Amino acid sequence: MSEHVREQLHERVTAHAGERVTGIAHVREPDALRAPSFVADAWRIARKDLVIEFRTRSGLLASAVFSVLAVVMFHFTWDPTAIPAVDLAPGVLWVIFTFAGLLGLNRSFGLELADRAYDALLASPVSRESIFAGKMLANLAFVTVVQALVLPAVVLFFNLDVGAAWLPIVGVVLLAAIGLSAVGTLFAAIAANTRLAELLLPMMTLPFFIPLVLPAAQLTSLFMNGRPLADGMGWLKVLVAFDLVFVPACVLAFPFTIEE
Amino acid sequence: MTSVSSTASAPLKAPLAAASPKGFDWFLAVAVVACIAASVRAMFYTPADAMLGEAQKIFYIHVPAAIVGLYLACSLLAICSLVYLWIRDERLDRLAESSAEVGLVFMGMVLITGPIWARTSWGTWWQWEARITSTLFLWLLVLGYLVLRNAVESTEQRARLSAVMGSLAALLVPFIHLTVLLFRGMHPPPVVLTPNNPQKNLPPEMRLTFLFATLAFLLLFFALLRMRYRWAAMRDARAALEHG
Amino acid sequence: MTGGLHAPGGIAKVCDARVAGNRASGYTCAMHAHPTVPVSPATQTNGPPILLAEGLVRRFGTRRAVDGVSLALGAGECMALFGPNGAGKTTLLRMLGGLLKPAEGRATLLRHALPGDASVRRLIGLISHHSMLYAPLTALENVRFAAECQGMPDADAAAMASLERLRVADRADTPVRLLSRGLQQRVSIARALVHRPRLLLLDEPYTGLDDVGARALTAALRALKAEGTSLVLVTHHIGEGLAIATQATVMLAGRFVATEHATPQGFDVAGYATRYRTLIEAGAA
Repeated sequence: MSEHVREQLHERVTAHAGERVTGIAHVREPDALRAPSFVADAWRIARKDLVIEFRTRSGLLASAVFSVLAVVMFHFTWDPTAIPAVDLAPGVLWVIFTFAGLLGLNRSFGLELADRAYDALLASPVSRESIFAGKMLANLAFVTVVQALVLPAVVLFFNLDVGAAWLPIVGVVLLAAIGLSAVGTLFAAIAANTRLAELLLPMMTLPFFIPLVLPAAQLTSLFMNGRPLADGMGWLKVLVAFDLVFVPACVLAFPFTIEE
Repeated sequence: MTSVSSTASAPLKAPLAAASPKGFDWFLAVAVVACIAASVRAMFYTPADAMLGEAQKIFYIHVPAAIVGLYLACSLLAICSLVYLWIRDERLDRLAESSAEVGLVFMGMVLITGPIWARTSWGTWWQWEARITSTLFLWLLVLGYLVLRNAVESTEQRARLSAVMGSLAALLVPFIHLTVLLFRGMHPPPVVLTPNNPQKNLPPEMRLTFLFATLAFLLLFFALLRMRYRWAAMRDARAALEHG
Repeated sequence: MTGGLHAPGGIAKVCDARVAGNRASGYTCAMHAHPTVPVSPATQTNGPPILLAEGLVRRFGTRRAVDGVSLALGAGECMALFGPNGAGKTTLLRMLGGLLKPAEGRATLLRHALPGDASVRRLIGLISHHSMLYAPLTALENVRFAAECQGMPDADAAAMASLERLRVADRADTPVRLLSRGLQQRVSIARALVHRPRLLLLDEPYTGLDDVGARALTAALRALKAEGTSLVLVTHHIGEGLAIATQATVMLAGRFVATEHATPQGFDVAGYATRYRTLIEAGAA
């Protein structure tokens, strides 16, 4: 912190120094503390999680390393004469997205429980729903960053010619990322209470990812082959319906993961 | 403290005794006899299908197991999970747990008989046909549910967390069906009779055998469910005694 | 006023149904006929009670971790809670802190029900032997996060003020994982106090603290008492607990079994320790 900022802070601190609690049955004036706001609370929690992730970089590093290794392995086990790249790539892309995303989900609640910071958060005026929203947002950012790394890597390694299909593919990726982070955050909250959380999280969530990953892979394949969206409307509907159903469902289910 | 502990354990021993009744399990015996009878009827007293031959008779295991394992057990699991979150009665949790395990067994039967039928009919072990694919995914889902239960120490937490998963699983099932159907829509299977597409009009003897088999499997399901539920109640009573 | 609760001095208040009738706390209810609550030492306070709990029960399966606990605590008072492991002290504290719901009974803090909504949660501060901090974040970031969650308008200044009060402001920019246990504990206390709670719940805060840290903690708690904050202190250190306590209670198997109030000179630590040991050995037999 710079000297200038420190001085400013000190001035504000001394302004509060004369505060004392007056009276015995004195209840704090209502306007001294702000009421909890869903959006502000969620944003603050998301920011906190992202700052922590940025400082430790553990999740992002693991996901990035895994992704690169996986792409390389897929590439070397692939016979380009038997299968054209554009047929293999969507499947490879989405398998890597899923597992790389899973690698990062566990840390969502790991740090909360390590020193019981979660208790302090739960005891504060912040609502349970905003805790979930904040963590889901942070996981969404994480998953999106991973996808932003993997997608160009796959295109590069497999020499794909994507062209105008970039935009629709990014759209599909974001839609799927929303569902992935909602379900992933909720199950991370569940798994954090168990032993072998890293093992349990994939086991629980992969069946839930099927209605996300399958449509997303099909749509990706569609766009990479230059076919129009009309051919894949069914898949798009499943993807959107999943997001619309599961995001609220996970928000509602989250308070039940907390012991009360 | 010795006097305190004996009076404390007396009321706890009662449910333990009630959960482990002495004597023969008549219900299970009847169910097993019914299953044997149904098998005998299917094998020896029911005509074979003209086109598909004797191998078609696996249909009398495959479809009833699917009805019981998929529709009955999974519905029970979903309903118990949802209601548990509402009223928090631990009996619902035990019922969900038992339903999941017994359902897993029946779904396993579906997943075994399916490939056997496919192999004998067409020479391939697996067809990515809509219903059996959905069964596979549901089987994995229920397995995940049971692994979760196994990984949580505290009883209350285990009940609550698995109820959350069970409730979300209930929401997931239509999406899985939809996804698989869409997938199959892209690759329509050859128009053959599979165990999942029985002829609409079964001759009366086959229909009767089918009904008999379904009834026998239903009896077996409930007998096993009851047995498993009692085992769970005993285990919980014993754990309460140890902690009390 | 025809009805309502009358405090000494005759100021009418809303009838607090359960405690009314307890003449030891100075309240009578002119409105209702209340069944007399048995006066237990744990519900005696020197002034009007801030924290009230009655018949709290919490079950884990069939076991009652907290089995009918009643207490009352006034402003500036400190209840020291002793007892063997597994007696239910942490569970009780979590119920008072709003983290657990009681299966039976109720608790109120300044007339708000516990567990409650945002308005009562900001009256409570939690401290435990866990730091409740985010290790990669700095001390200031941790305390500021807590201040913002509590809704403090100037979170930055409040956080710095809290750190200064605990004399760790010079480490404000150090990630918490690099701090010693004693300093971490002080940052944790700064976090718990940043919003000036009326009730502070401490679960074995002296664990892992060296002499210096322990004395700093006791001094901070004394200052808080003087400002009118109520404390519930669970600890294994009898001496440290009695140093600031106005009331000492022993909890065994979910129940309060013995309560003593401080004399004007405080507690006789050696004498209490002996009585405590006898009680525990008798209870374990």
